[in-house]
Amino acid sequence: MKRIYPREEVCIACRLCEVHCLVAHSKSKDIIKAYKRETPRALPRIRMEAKGAVSFAISCRHCDEPSCVHACLTGAMKKDPVTGIVTVDTEKCVGCWTCVLFCQYGAINPDIERGVATKCDLCPHLKEPACVTNCPNEALLLVEEPSHV
Amino acid sequence: MSKYLIIGNSAGGIGAAEAIREVDRVGAIAIISDEPYPAYSRPLISEYLCGERNLEGMLYRPSDMYSRNHIETHLGKKVAKLHLGNKQVELETGEKLNWEKLLLATGGTPIVPAMEGMGKRGIFTFTALDDAKAIEKLKGQARRVVVIGGGLIGMSVTEALVKLGLEVSVVEMVGRVLSAILDEPASRLVEAALKSAGVKLFTGKTVKKILGRGANEEIVGGVELSDGQKLDCDLVIVAIGVSPRTQLAKDTAIKLNRGIVVDNYMATNSPGVYACGDVAEAYDYIYGVYRLTPIWPNAYMGGRVAGYNMAGKVTEYQGGTNANSLKYFGLPIVTAGMVNLPSKDGYEVISTADGNIYKKIVIKDDRIMGIVFMGDIQRSGVIFGLMREGVKVTSFKDNLLSENFGISCFPDEMRKNKLQRQGGK
Repeated sequence: MKRIYPREEVCIACRLCEVHCLVAHSKSKDIIKAYKRETPRALPRIRMEAKGAVSFAISCRHCDEPSCVHACLTGAMKKDPVTGIVTVDTEKCVGCWTCVLFCQYGAINPDIERGVATKCDLCPHLKEPACVTNCPNEALLLVEEPSHV
Repeated sequence: MSKYLIIGNSAGGIGAAEAIREVDRVGAIAIISDEPYPAYSRPLISEYLCGERNLEGMLYRPSDMYSRNHIETHLGKKVAKLHLGNKQVELETGEKLNWEKLLLATGGTPIVPAMEGMGKRGIFTFTALDDAKAIEKLKGQARRVVVIGGGLIGMSVTEALVKLGLEVSVVEMVGRVLSAILDEPASRLVEAALKSAGVKLFTGKTVKKILGRGANEEIVGGVELSDGQKLDCDLVIVAIGVSPRTQLAKDTAIKLNRGIVVDNYMATNSPGVYACGDVAEAYDYIYGVYRLTPIWPNAYMGGRVAGYNMAGKVTEYQGGTNANSLKYFGLPIVTAGMVNLPSKDGYEVISTADGNIYKKIVIKDDRIMGIVFMGDIQRSGVIFGLMREGVKVTSFKDNLLSENFGISCFPDEMRKNKLQRQGGK
């Protein structure tokens, strides 16, 4: 399956990955409208972390043994048995944030306004995830690796 | 004849069935439950009660999950007896089912203390969908409710009743609510949220007896507390807690303590018999002992391990500790592990508080033993991950409570390993 790996040695902490993730998951897919006209605004599902000289962007690892899926109280969090992609069904999600507690990467973003968990879905509607495409420095790598499931 | 027989159709039973099907596509699986419903999310019975969700919206798995996975169901049927010798269960209907591997995922049963006046109409427990349905039928006739117990079940039913516009009084024996999973400052913040929602709190008190309505002793009319105070009410919800539902294993060779004793493969001492979930005493990596940790995620994960082992894929349980995420009355809280210290010796507590934000981490021998995060829970997963893996945190502990805490705060080597780990382990 596909996974996104950050390369901290070339990340310049520009946060464009967050911007393009938000736009890719907005209704309009338009950068201006997504930020200024859509309420509630879409949330980025990738997060840039920086401390001192170190920076990188982290998103869901679509774990082989996903704790968020196993811990989910409602069955909203699922791992596709074929693609390996972990997604959240926002109809079933009640925003209890158990997945937030169980994700050791801190990769699930609680959407407080909508009351549902949000996370990376690897942009199924695009050729490759928007964060990878739009990273100006190739600091996000999309890697195809064998699934162990 | 089922190759795999599972008693219990909730998180543990489903976890096992799903794991079995990953390994064995054809071996016959049967699930028995005394509840007549397909697996539903038990924590959502409060949303059912206040009308926010119906059964369909509570289903834990899609409704065709059983047929798709060739799982035979015996729902709404109660097991009368286990015959370990001939590997057979007897249902109350007289039906007999045989197994090669058996899983006891029977869960918990609500604790109802012997109390004067307990036989009256209008007294309920709150752990199953049928409880929510029974209370829902009477909600139009009720105005005031007394909830006995200020733990997770008590808080969850209280929130639903408040949403329905009822006047709720909570009676809690201990001096504060949620004392088993929160420390004192966190309990006080929850109590403030309860009070501002109009809930009356009676902590440090118990209900001595349940009173009738006027001259009618058949119906609930109020309660009398241990200090002599009387509260009028139309309904009483008994939410003291649950005890492991071990009845079937009693008087058999299966080893019992408070719950069913299991090893790290979720196997009981009886060959071919496994147990998981609220009924089982599995390994708690924080306390270092086998104990009850009756939470949904542990039931599923333990069930999954049981299922793999039943199907022949040897898998070890990584252990589980109490871990909860709550958001009663809009206040997000996560808590895990040891939050109230057994003694002061050797424990270090770091904490920060600012308005509705409160964070506390308990450290012992370099390792995180417990966490409470309120108000701001975003970074709690990374911290809980360190706790589960038993990572030594002394070198970066000053950062643990910072708003921007994350993997970037790990020491170099550890951070690089984490970011490059394959398979997201």
